[in-house]
Amino acid sequence: MIRLLFVALSLAAAAPAWAQQTIKIGLVTALSGQSARAGEAITRGLQVAIDEINAKGGVLGRKLELLRRDDESIPAKGVIAARELYFKEKVAVLIGGLDSPVALAIVPIANENKLPFMDPWAAGTPITKNGAKDNYVFRVSAVDELVDRAMLQYAQKTHNARKPGMILVNNPWGESNEKGLTAALAEKKMNAAGIEKFEGNDVDVVPQLSRLKSAGTDVLFLVGNVGPSSQVVKSLDRMGWMPPIVSHWGPAGGRFTELAGPSAKNVHFVQTYSFFGNQSPVGQKVLKALMAKYPDIKGAGDVTPAVGVANAYDAMMLSALAIQNAGSTDGRKVRDGYYKIGRYEGLIKNYDKPFTPENHDALTENDYVWAQFIDNQILPVGMHK
Amino acid sequence: MIGSALVSGLGLGSMYGLLALGFYVTYAVSSTVNFAQGSSMMLGAVFAYTFAVKLGWHFIPAAAMALVLCALYGLVVELAAVRPFARRGSNAWLMATVALGIVADNTVLFTFGKEPRGFVLPWASEGLAVLGIHVSKMQLAIPAFGLGLAAVLHWFARRTKYGKAMLAVVQNADAARLMGINVPLAIMAAYALSTAFAGAAGIMIAPLFNVHSDMGTLFGLKAFAVAILGGITSAWGVMLAGLLFGLVESLITAFLGSSYTQILTFTLVIVALAVVPNGLFGRAELKKV
Repeated sequence: MIRLLFVALSLAAAAPAWAQQTIKIGLVTALSGQSARAGEAITRGLQVAIDEINAKGGVLGRKLELLRRDDESIPAKGVIAARELYFKEKVAVLIGGLDSPVALAIVPIANENKLPFMDPWAAGTPITKNGAKDNYVFRVSAVDELVDRAMLQYAQKTHNARKPGMILVNNPWGESNEKGLTAALAEKKMNAAGIEKFEGNDVDVVPQLSRLKSAGTDVLFLVGNVGPSSQVVKSLDRMGWMPPIVSHWGPAGGRFTELAGPSAKNVHFVQTYSFFGNQSPVGQKVLKALMAKYPDIKGAGDVTPAVGVANAYDAMMLSALAIQNAGSTDGRKVRDGYYKIGRYEGLIKNYDKPFTPENHDALTENDYVWAQFIDNQILPVGMHK
Repeated sequence: MIGSALVSGLGLGSMYGLLALGFYVTYAVSSTVNFAQGSSMMLGAVFAYTFAVKLGWHFIPAAAMALVLCALYGLVVELAAVRPFARRGSNAWLMATVALGIVADNTVLFTFGKEPRGFVLPWASEGLAVLGIHVSKMQLAIPAFGLGLAAVLHWFARRTKYGKAMLAVVQNADAARLMGINVPLAIMAAYALSTAFAGAAGIMIAPLFNVHSDMGTLFGLKAFAVAILGGITSAWGVMLAGLLFGLVESLITAFLGSSYTQILTFTLVIVALAVVPNGLFGRAELKKV
């Protein structure tokens, strides 16, 4: 009996020692609400990358461990979770920011405390271009100002747009894109037919859309998350107006077809990756790992939203390389470790010096693909006949 | 542009009016209201979605069952959050009804789920062209239903024995009791009716919107503004104020842009109440001392 007690006590004492040996990776994202699916996709991308790294012995001889917190898309909750993960759990890298407002709220904490923050989704331009002298924020995702240029380019090339109109959700993300789209239009000496905002919980967007219609809009630029974007599509249906819709990637974050109805397929949105079509060896490996780990994934169509998985996978792999380069989990050294990453064969692309002190964004506008919802699957535009 | 804005405003305005009728019904009988009408609306949508989509019922029985459950919820509101406080002459029912609404919202959050769901009713979203304006059938059904309900309520209160009995309760509860009117029952019935109205609003808006736990919050707030604007003592007034609020909101957005919608709409509400303190269609209450 005494021996059993001794064994139990030894095990209890050993547990914290083992726990200390892991390198903790924090994740702050929306795990509930309208963007819950996107948060789950980020989790899966990170977990598959962590499993792969751990299977090869981890980083600096230590296993990686993922700690998740739900920010419910609320900046204040994101800040609380970030503080807890940074200061209590001592995570080496905080990954997070599904919503730009949440990411923007976390940026000052990361920079002031010199702790690395990796953004695998939120596209707000000022997240990485935050003006801090000492910038600890990195991103493997789309960037609004680049997406905005790509949206205009796509609208001109595919729909011969001459007078595009903007319908933007009324929050910092919408504002960021208003600036980006206006600048992109100005570069091409074009003007918007109109710029309209709508609230995330607006039932009817018909009045705003009517203004854009009467201003002669020939292509709609849409920026909003799943729920708000679906309200725009339903309002267009009610109006009987079907202009081409070129969208940021908000619709990819949830049950867009269920919420928006059959016209969901009319929305063409930007993505950074698709698991459909010919896959690179890394793509095949990741898809196989996802199918093995998650029973609900039977094929490429079940990896949704794909950008969440793909961005998070590459973000984790690049962060692991940064820790490896740093030789420790010290925030400053890890930040410099990102700059030392050379060539890396990733899922989205082959990276070559993805980060420099001047550039904290690993992806460029050349890395974007255009997609649409066909039933419940996100397919590259043109794949469905 | 005006045509689309008018249709849109009438649809939204009817929803505000329907919710605000719920405020009218309980206020007329007991001088109290359920401040969390938005939660009752959300419950109507969530119940109808659960029966019609998750359990596969036909829409009519699903909606009927949802309304019954909403009415039962109204009884709970009255018994748990209004009666214990009103009986003692306390105004704490104000906070208690808000608190019960938060409890309902969060219970739905954990049971129904955190992700919004689409309540697709193909016949409801079918479009029609009326005078060159595209409208969905549901957009036409909502104002018709709202105005019809206001008419029935008006008739019930002014022309029937039960209606008069209910109105008698608020004028003098003791005298009403002496005349054989069951006062507690009349108040309970008013609350059941009130939440059923909100539930009906939720069921009708669900196909145009998404179903989720906080879908009623903003609606509830605007509906209260509408109830006060209409003069909470008149069914017609409340319904017409709802339509007016929806139309003004929609026309401001259409002509001036969405940036001005909330600023101007609520400024107009304040101005209107400053000019007509008892609401656009309300009457000043006489209090004998």
